[in-house]
Amino acid sequence: METVKKIVAKYGLPRVIITLFLFALFAAAPFVGVRVDESVTNTLNRFGMNCVMVLAMVPMIHSGCGLNFGLPLGIISGLLGATLAIQFEFHGLLCFLMAIVLSTPFAVILGYGYGKLLNKVKGGEMMIATYVGFSSVSFMCIMWLLLPYTNASMVWGYAGRGLRTTISTEGYFLHALNDLFAISLGKLVIPTGMILFFAILAFAMWAFLHTKTGTAMTAVGSNPTFARACGINVDRIRVLSVVMSTWLGAVGILVYEQSFGFIQLYMAPFYMALPAVSAILIGGASVNKASITNVIIGTLLFQGILTMTPSVMNSAIHTDMSEVIRIIVSNGMILYALTRKMEVAR
Amino acid sequence: MSDLHLNNREKMQRFLADNIVPVLFVIICAVGIPLSGYSPNYLINEVITRIGRNSFLVVSLLIPIMAGMGLNFGMTLGAMAAEIGLILISDWDIVGIPGMVLAAIISTPISILLGWWCGILLNKAKGREMVTGYIIGFFMNGVYQLIVLYLMGSLIHIRSSKLVLPRGYGIRNTVNLDGIRQSLDNLGAFRVLGIKIPFATLLLIALACLFVVWFRKTKLGQDMRAVGQNMEVARESGINVERTRVVSIIISTILAGYGMIIYLQNMGTLNTYNSHSQVGMFSIAALLVGGASVAKANIGNVFLGLILFHLMFIISPIAGKNLIGQAQLGEYFRVFVSYGVITLSLVLYEMRKKREIGYEGAQLAALQKEEESK
Amino acid sequence: MEAQEIPLLEMRHISKSFFGNQVLGDVSFTLGKGEILGLVGENGAGKSTLMKILFGMNEISETGGYGGEVLIDGNVVHFTSSLDALDAGIGMVHQEFSLLPDFTAAENILLNREPVKKHWAANLFGDRMNTIDRAKLETSARKAIDRLGVKLDADMVVGQMPVGHKQFTEIARELSKEDSETAGKIRLLVLDEPTAVLSEQEAQSLLKAMKNLSAQGIAIIFISHRLQEIIDVCDQIMVMRDGRIIKQVVNDTNVNVHEIAQWMVGREISLDAQVDRHFDYASHPVDMEVRNLWVNMTGEVVRDVNLDIHRGEILGIGGLAGQGKLGVPNGIMGLFPAGGKVWFEGKEIALNDPSACLDAGLAFVSEDRRGVGLLLDESLEWNVSFEAMQVQGKYLLKKGPITWRDTNAIGEVTKNYIDMLEIKCTSSKQHARELSGGNQQKVCLAKAFAMQPKLLFVSEPTRGIDIGAKQLVLRALKEYNQKYGTTIVMISSELEELRSICDRIAIITDGKVGGILPASNPSSDFGLLMVGQAVKGGN
Repeated sequence: METVKKIVAKYGLPRVIITLFLFALFAAAPFVGVRVDESVTNTLNRFGMNCVMVLAMVPMIHSGCGLNFGLPLGIISGLLGATLAIQFEFHGLLCFLMAIVLSTPFAVILGYGYGKLLNKVKGGEMMIATYVGFSSVSFMCIMWLLLPYTNASMVWGYAGRGLRTTISTEGYFLHALNDLFAISLGKLVIPTGMILFFAILAFAMWAFLHTKTGTAMTAVGSNPTFARACGINVDRIRVLSVVMSTWLGAVGILVYEQSFGFIQLYMAPFYMALPAVSAILIGGASVNKASITNVIIGTLLFQGILTMTPSVMNSAIHTDMSEVIRIIVSNGMILYALTRKMEVAR
Repeated sequence: MSDLHLNNREKMQRFLADNIVPVLFVIICAVGIPLSGYSPNYLINEVITRIGRNSFLVVSLLIPIMAGMGLNFGMTLGAMAAEIGLILISDWDIVGIPGMVLAAIISTPISILLGWWCGILLNKAKGREMVTGYIIGFFMNGVYQLIVLYLMGSLIHIRSSKLVLPRGYGIRNTVNLDGIRQSLDNLGAFRVLGIKIPFATLLLIALACLFVVWFRKTKLGQDMRAVGQNMEVARESGINVERTRVVSIIISTILAGYGMIIYLQNMGTLNTYNSHSQVGMFSIAALLVGGASVAKANIGNVFLGLILFHLMFIISPIAGKNLIGQAQLGEYFRVFVSYGVITLSLVLYEMRKKREIGYEGAQLAALQKEEESK
Repeated sequence: MEAQEIPLLEMRHISKSFFGNQVLGDVSFTLGKGEILGLVGENGAGKSTLMKILFGMNEISETGGYGGEVLIDGNVVHFTSSLDALDAGIGMVHQEFSLLPDFTAAENILLNREPVKKHWAANLFGDRMNTIDRAKLETSARKAIDRLGVKLDADMVVGQMPVGHKQFTEIARELSKEDSETAGKIRLLVLDEPTAVLSEQEAQSLLKAMKNLSAQGIAIIFISHRLQEIIDVCDQIMVMRDGRIIKQVVNDTNVNVHEIAQWMVGREISLDAQVDRHFDYASHPVDMEVRNLWVNMTGEVVRDVNLDIHRGEILGIGGLAGQGKLGVPNGIMGLFPAGGKVWFEGKEIALNDPSACLDAGLAFVSEDRRGVGLLLDESLEWNVSFEAMQVQGKYLLKKGPITWRDTNAIGEVTKNYIDMLEIKCTSSKQHARELSGGNQQKVCLAKAFAMQPKLLFVSEPTRGIDIGAKQLVLRALKEYNQKYGTTIVMISSELEELRSICDRIAIITDGKVGGILPASNPSSDFGLLMVGQAVKGGN
């Protein structure tokens, strides 16, 4: 009993419940006729699709900007990169890479402005981040209609202009990473390229956090007054973290799309921040502390539940409650993190 | 911080800085109305309809602002409570005003319970009430779906097949509220110059406003204003800060529930899974458009905001069409404006807080100079 | 006052210790009806503890109660909360305003004691649904203001008031409490430094108001550092030092400010002063010049400070709390908004930019250890190495294109300081939060030492740490100064501590340098400076 209490105290009740729930789902899977290897494949695939967006949370949490509810801004940069790469008729892995290259300037510029804004509203970042995300998504709705894209596979057929709501990535960068070095063991498929790509980014992030600037970023998040007294330009570090988050958000959506097969425009990016936010929290991060391990564990747990609930529950009680469970789990987790007594330095 | 030393230009600048949002909206409307080509009669009619539809909801936001808890993004909780009431009365086939009253009666205990829970959570998240309230709305939306989409029709008995999904349980995406459609609006309604005045609805709204005015004068209202200004001072003087904050959220949630019933009787249909979240966003945006801030709002803000916001809402699709040839554009524009307004207001509020701190330093420097010159 | 009359308040042989640390010993005094007692003493002399005992604050009972007796009207009382005290007719006006800026004076005066009109809704939803009786509220407030005998607009919003009126509002609030059912008639008011933030004119009208109250039979305990005011208004003067009453006199024409100041700081002979060192100012150039410095630090505002600091000296900066001594280093080091000019080694240092100061070779150990000085949730290694790493590029390792943290070097330097300063910890990886106050302070010093600064500001280095750690910290500072010739500016509220290691001591009063004297001067000189009196030889 004591050890159980200790574990709960250390990881928090919601996390323990979620972990147990996932294990229960995997344990129950064979009994209701759900193949474990397929489930693992699905989980791995969804892990690969989402983990870069979850990684995008890390820099802003480290610098004390809180949970990046403004991730849609990064997603928009990614969408701009993707649509431009298709507009310029790149194909395959090159298309994917070009999409990253083309989205980078947008991510940097938007992230810079967004970071500057967040510096002006210290203390109220999360609410404003949310609404910056919403405003920018709705602004881009107008832009998707007006921007002079011409590629026939992207624009509305009848009008000849304005981008469609969903654009297939087939023939462009569909599965550019998924199929790279993919390993197939019967029904178990490991999307090696995608996971490798994440590993590279995650390593780069880890390395960055071990450099001088990375150290400064952690200190800014841990105690901004301390950092300022040590001569750190706190605002500059925060802007840097926001730019990094935004860029990772852009890359994250590209990884997602190459696996998913479609670019979703207009209102689609609206709520995309929430799953990423809750994933990193499930992984053990808090509003001002996060690590790469949190990213990996959190994405695995969260995506695992998303994969397993529909299949297992559907087979067991013939009801698909996965959407509801997703909403309750993800928002419940965020709520838990927000209402926890924070250890404030003063 | 007196205004005495300001000249006219500075006064003007300060007025603009404090009222940038309403001013922007007046400009948008002034440009948009001629572009839309709507007749004044049509516009007035529409605006009055929308005032009747939405005012009560917006009024429900005032009390938590008074208690210093910011914009109550958790008002969707009340809306959900009301929706459950409406689904039940539709099933029981109770129509007209009695139906509405019964829905209100059903919604009240649910609102109280949800508001109480929400208030307790917000007390644990002091300083970030808004983002927490916002997530609470999302979370409860999940619970609401669990109840309405899975438990209703299975665990909770629903007779009407018109309400239940073909699969045998869960409520359909849209619920027809024909039974109570505009029953309040039409009660004692009359026309002035061809404009329909929904008398009973406006009367209720007037009562809600009177309630808020009266409430400010009660001991509880005074306590809330005290808590809103400084929790520590209020606590020192013996006010139960936590309880006062919870009560403000409960009242807001109940009022939001009633507002939702009024809103939906006007609409006549319930989008089972969407109505509440939309209502939250539009109410908050309307209040902010009226010049309210996170820390200050009054009844004037409510009505000015509703008029300006809904004028923009009515004219933008057609203005977009006339301007660029795409109605869709106008629709996206108004969504953008709604979110943009909230963003702008939040940013201005946070920045104003900071500006006041910088002011003191300037005073010190001035003081030193003054002494030197002596 | 007739001798036979039973005094309103009598305290007999009051003593109090916190965790074995005696802060009050054998304090006895009496106070008659309508008398004004001036209570004078340095910070930490025991004034506030005495008042806490009078008001029955939880803090006292939670730490083992007190010795001696408190008598009201000749009866022994034991208050368990300030409400009990209020019952007996004793009110207190605190130093910080607890007023609501958007409420009027009247609303603030009657905060949470507003008169109400019955409303039917109250039967359903409880008393808080009664409406507030504004007319009655204003008459009650006016009544309290009138008793005070000052001009104060009851309808004015507090946020727009001058400071003096805020103070009146606070006092009026205490007076008005007697109108509520629970409180007794106010007979004794404690005013804790009410004039500290007031202009001279405002202070004068406050003193007048106090005399009005006294004439109405209300006794007042007036705590102040402004000795002239004490002399102007009090019937009795009581001076406390080190938890004891040093002097208790009836205020007559014989008492003067100099005398009181001397009683306050006491100790004529300078036992602890640093006698072994005679710093030769002629051979040490001025390294830092400070001109017209102002700093906007809440509660420690600096108005106009000018200082010359010589290379290699240990300069002490002292003064009473709230006078601005803490603002000086915080302003120079860029932590609070500041203006004026600062030169170091002939070059002007940009203000409001911490990195400019650090680059120039300055370092700062903040008085706010937990808020500014430490990364509480990081390891000691991080805490010790971070500043030197960021400012001077120490403890970094270049491997390929990337510059990494040099974990080995960081561990090594941290271990060195752990040994040197005898920091008690489980390992160099322990989080700073888990250390005791004294050890946290040593970590802060280690952080500054790792910078090898040319000039080191140390602010309140011994605040809140135990005696052993105190000695060690002071010794470490002295040794560091001797070994490396580092100029040290130490800010402290403990005069004797400053005198034990400094060469010169500057006293800050009212945001300005009141005077600078060699540390070997008698304590009383510094005492006079602290209360704003000029001293011969202080420049």
